[in-house]
Amino acid sequence: MLRLEPRPQPSRAMSIASPVIALALTILIAGVLFVVLGKDPVRGLSMFFVEPLRNVRGLTEVALKATPLVLCALGLAVCYRANVWNIGAEGQFLLGAIAAGGVALYVTTQGIAAPQWAMTPVVLVAGMLGGMAWASITALARDRFNANEILVSLMLVYVAQQLLNYLVFGPWKDPQGFNFPQTKTFVAATLLPNLVPQSRLHIGFAIMLVLVAGFWVFMFRSWRGFQLQVGGLAPDAARYAGFSGRTALWTALLVSGGMAGLAGAMEAAGPLRQLTPHVSTGYGFTAIIVCFVGRLHPVGCLFAGVLLSMLLIGGELGQSRLGLPNALTGVFQGLLLFLLLACDTLIHYRVRWVRQHPTAVAS
Amino acid sequence: MSGEIALLIAATIASGTPLALAGLGLLVNEKAGVLNLGAEGMMLVAAIAGFAAAFHSGSQWLAFAAGAGAGMILAAGFGVLVIWLGTNQYATGLALSLFGFGFSAFVGVQYVGKKLGEHVSFAVPFLADIPFLGPALFRQHPLAYVAMLLAALLAWFLYRSRQGLVLRAIGESPDSAHSLGYGVRWIRLAAVVAGGALCGVAGAFLSVVYAPLWVEGLTAGRGWIALALTPFATWRPARVLLGAYLFGGVTMLQFQLQAAGVQISSQFLSMLPYLATIVVLVLISRNPAWIRINMPASLGKPFHPSA
Repeated sequence: MLRLEPRPQPSRAMSIASPVIALALTILIAGVLFVVLGKDPVRGLSMFFVEPLRNVRGLTEVALKATPLVLCALGLAVCYRANVWNIGAEGQFLLGAIAAGGVALYVTTQGIAAPQWAMTPVVLVAGMLGGMAWASITALARDRFNANEILVSLMLVYVAQQLLNYLVFGPWKDPQGFNFPQTKTFVAATLLPNLVPQSRLHIGFAIMLVLVAGFWVFMFRSWRGFQLQVGGLAPDAARYAGFSGRTALWTALLVSGGMAGLAGAMEAAGPLRQLTPHVSTGYGFTAIIVCFVGRLHPVGCLFAGVLLSMLLIGGELGQSRLGLPNALTGVFQGLLLFLLLACDTLIHYRVRWVRQHPTAVAS
Repeated sequence: MSGEIALLIAATIASGTPLALAGLGLLVNEKAGVLNLGAEGMMLVAAIAGFAAAFHSGSQWLAFAAGAGAGMILAAGFGVLVIWLGTNQYATGLALSLFGFGFSAFVGVQYVGKKLGEHVSFAVPFLADIPFLGPALFRQHPLAYVAMLLAALLAWFLYRSRQGLVLRAIGESPDSAHSLGYGVRWIRLAAVVAGGALCGVAGAFLSVVYAPLWVEGLTAGRGWIALALTPFATWRPARVLLGAYLFGGVTMLQFQLQAAGVQISSQFLSMLPYLATIVVLVLISRNPAWIRINMPASLGKPFHPSA
């Protein structure tokens, strides 16, 4: 029979192989699912893994969607390493979009003339502050009142969505917008400059790449990052060393709130150029999967972000070209995380074939 | 006026019933030491399973069975990962919630906008005709009474029966229970599957009786609110039931205020249940000792039998 035996040390190789195995299994199941749905599995899978990469336009779209995913995941990785279970990145993303959109809308309606190099950073910083403010509610509830951060941060997602709805259906609605729930289009000075001409890809992608490097330094080469990780791995050791758990909690939540807020700001001042109720298509939740698939490592998050971005785009292509339901992407995302967690068992255990079950010696 | 109050009470019980069912299910999980953050996902998949069953068969009871079955299958998957493979309970539960959202949306595409058959109204014979009390309490869907009965049964099971004692022992100290010869892992799996069944019935109740329709993300966070009910109730069945009605009341309040023409944007009223959850969590968790005394000691921690 098959038995799981603990490894003397966690396997580093398995830690990297596990997401690859999980992805392979997901692709296998996806192929079977396509057959069940009566579609050609090769053509179906090519929508997800080949078509998005075929030309410059496709590549820029992958990079565009990967940007908010990686940004949110970077912050979440810090949280999860510190054992702070923030699952409300979606809400922090929305507040970032609201704050950034608010500033951009103010500049637009007041007709303030300012150069782009001055305005765009203001918009992005506003987004970061918005996300941080939203995350600080969770931090306060946890720190001051001992309330579970999982539930509080998640409840705040629903509150954030309603707040956004209120603004775009109410005071911020474009008077000339034919009563659609949307704001005015922001003036060009508040928007993110393009990175690749003739595409929607903006400089947010470059900022994200710099931040990946920055987070690597923060996590693995800074004193504060070290304290956070010790606090997550061994709370008792951290306490003995005098590392403050409260500081770790606030740092983790403010950093991840700031990153999610920045992602929201980039979405509003990037491809959307306005606020609508559908600013986020679940980026904050998908980022949780990105974070785990990326092994809570900044560089891993970058690769995982690109992968999940391809899944998102593949879902859209499958809908328009093969008539598949777009919700298929959600199935694959959930499946990928499930299989990943199962495969992660192989990091700590090895599977052994045992010929005979050892029987207890009768005494 | 008294007629309106009676209807408000009736509506509160109706909207509290799915929360109560799911909350009691999660209570069983947590008493055995397993925290299942996948409640929302199980409820969503069960909701679409139940809706599909009711749509094709026309039978509500078949719908509840389908919902319970869907919840049990997902919970069993979660249980095997968490109990035998020792995966992180938070992450695995989250995965279940994300998967459930995607999967239910995928299956549900063909059921959006579909209608179920005639709505059947229920009434307890004789009692339903009592003025005020009749319309307030005795015209509920049978499952509302099942939820109440279940809370009582569960209180008896957990605190008055031998099996309940074993379940609680496993939640408090799995190592002691293991050394006494109890199969910690199998009992935990049974508790997780039972919890999944109840979350499933709750999900099917939402899509078949309460809504009754299917939209993507139908449960709207009720699975998460049910998760907040257990600490709110300090892990006691009767208090889970009361908490469920409290949150049901808050949900109803938003419609009542709207109907009464209160000058608050509907979006702010829609925030009420979520804000209430946060406020309640903050109030109840304020005293760490209070939580520590009542919470099953091994909650969320993996169990590895040592020899």
